[in-house]
Amino acid sequence: MFDFFLLEAILNGLLFGGVLALLSLGLNLVFGVVDVVWIAYAELVMVGMYIIYTVNILLGWPLYVAAPLSIVGVSIVGLLVHRLVIEPILNTPPINQLLATGGLLFFLQSFATLIFGSQFRNIGLSLPVVEFFELYVSFARLLAFGVALVGIVGLYLFLRRTYIGTAIRAVAQDREMMGLMGVDTRKVYLITSAVGGALAGLASILLVLQQDVHPFIGLTFGPITFMICVLGGLGNLFGGFIAAFVISQVISIGSFYVSTELSYVIAFVLFIVAMFFRPEGLFQRRS
Amino acid sequence: MLKLQGLSAGYGSFQALWDIDLEIDAGEAVAVIGPNGAGKTTLLRAISGQIAPWSGSIELEGQDLRTLAPHRYVQAGIAHCPENRRLFPRMSVEDNLRMGGFIPDARKAYGERLEWVYGLFPRLRERRHQLAGTLSGGEQQMCAIGRALMSHPKLLLLDEPSAGLAPVIVMQVFDLVRRIRSEGFTVLIVEQNIRQALELADRAYLLEVGRVRLSGPVAELKGNEFLRQAYLGL
Repeated sequence: MFDFFLLEAILNGLLFGGVLALLSLGLNLVFGVVDVVWIAYAELVMVGMYIIYTVNILLGWPLYVAAPLSIVGVSIVGLLVHRLVIEPILNTPPINQLLATGGLLFFLQSFATLIFGSQFRNIGLSLPVVEFFELYVSFARLLAFGVALVGIVGLYLFLRRTYIGTAIRAVAQDREMMGLMGVDTRKVYLITSAVGGALAGLASILLVLQQDVHPFIGLTFGPITFMICVLGGLGNLFGGFIAAFVISQVISIGSFYVSTELSYVIAFVLFIVAMFFRPEGLFQRRS
Repeated sequence: MLKLQGLSAGYGSFQALWDIDLEIDAGEAVAVIGPNGAGKTTLLRAISGQIAPWSGSIELEGQDLRTLAPHRYVQAGIAHCPENRRLFPRMSVEDNLRMGGFIPDARKAYGERLEWVYGLFPRLRERRHQLAGTLSGGEQQMCAIGRALMSHPKLLLLDEPSAGLAPVIVMQVFDLVRRIRSEGFTVLIVEQNIRQALELADRAYLLEVGRVRLSGPVAELKGNEFLRQAYLGL
């Protein structure tokens, strides 16, 4: 006899995994190409959520306008992050990037608090629960997964089928050779940063459908995003993708059997154990 | 077509090249030979814009190359097939070739150029979707040369194409270079395999410790006593 509640948990885990996968892709893309970690990545998603809130609630424009604006907006933020924060310290010791993007994290949180206050804000969207073969799923989750899928497939096609996407993949594999191919690496970094921002903007759409936004929301999914990226191998798009679904299932099924908080603990413990055996990441070829 | 005058270059505080004069005319094949550490690779890197010269000039068809940003040298017509091939290992053969044809002029002609390269290297066509890192040494060399050819360069720089390859494969590679020459390409080849290099080239320069020690038509050099004793073991 099927345990439908368990199946629901698995399904929700799958849907949750899609969102985490999208988040991990943006972070991994920037690290794999530019070789910097955007500590403030989750805060970029927060910026996107606030953009949607501002456009939809404060300006009153419809969601289908607010959503693309978020993607464009955070994409521009990504560009600015690279141009203003990363470029000046690009060839200096990595500790500088960590400090700079870490500082950016605090800056964005404080800036958001300054403008919006620390209250939880919601776009007031009430989406139904749908029935799917006797399983109950929130439509918001389904929608979010669908959008995430579009984003992931879009990124895949971009990287595989376009010249600039191929160049982005190449930079991650042999930076020095890019000049001999006639590629301006500076431009590639900027475009990658813009794409990383756009992915964060896309993720913000998914999250705003299901959650309230507040200045510290980055803390709720930031650590887990990093954990997923490291688990799959930092910079490894495929690894992060798989790790996202593995972790989301651990959390979802764990929530079902024990509690949500404990499920996160279990996920982190598994991560620590995995790091003992494969510190470079489950799917990483190099160290 | 290519003219180097008084070129000096190095890395950091270390000088690798002193006062190099070198010329290549269109359609020629010129070899740069010499022992390890002579500065041959440094010379190629200066010509392809990877390192900036300390002094001296580099001119391609009269244009001063030193004013160009490094990534513009390909557009100017210089393709460099580096030492150790340096393919993108986790990309397919075809993607590597695509990267060779990245510049706008090459993109316009991508389809026909790709066909032409596959025509030169049928084995690459067979393995077009294979990851470049999994190719054999000889296949990697072919892929690297093919990648450089995708930009239809005025000048093709080959850095030690025979390195690490079995003798039979080395002969295949040099046959291919001869074939490329016959299609009209100008080639500057750096080689430790002096015999093969002298069989292929019209003229050669002998580089020792960063300076040109000998230069001239290959026929002359083959008769040079010093060269024969020191490098050809005769």
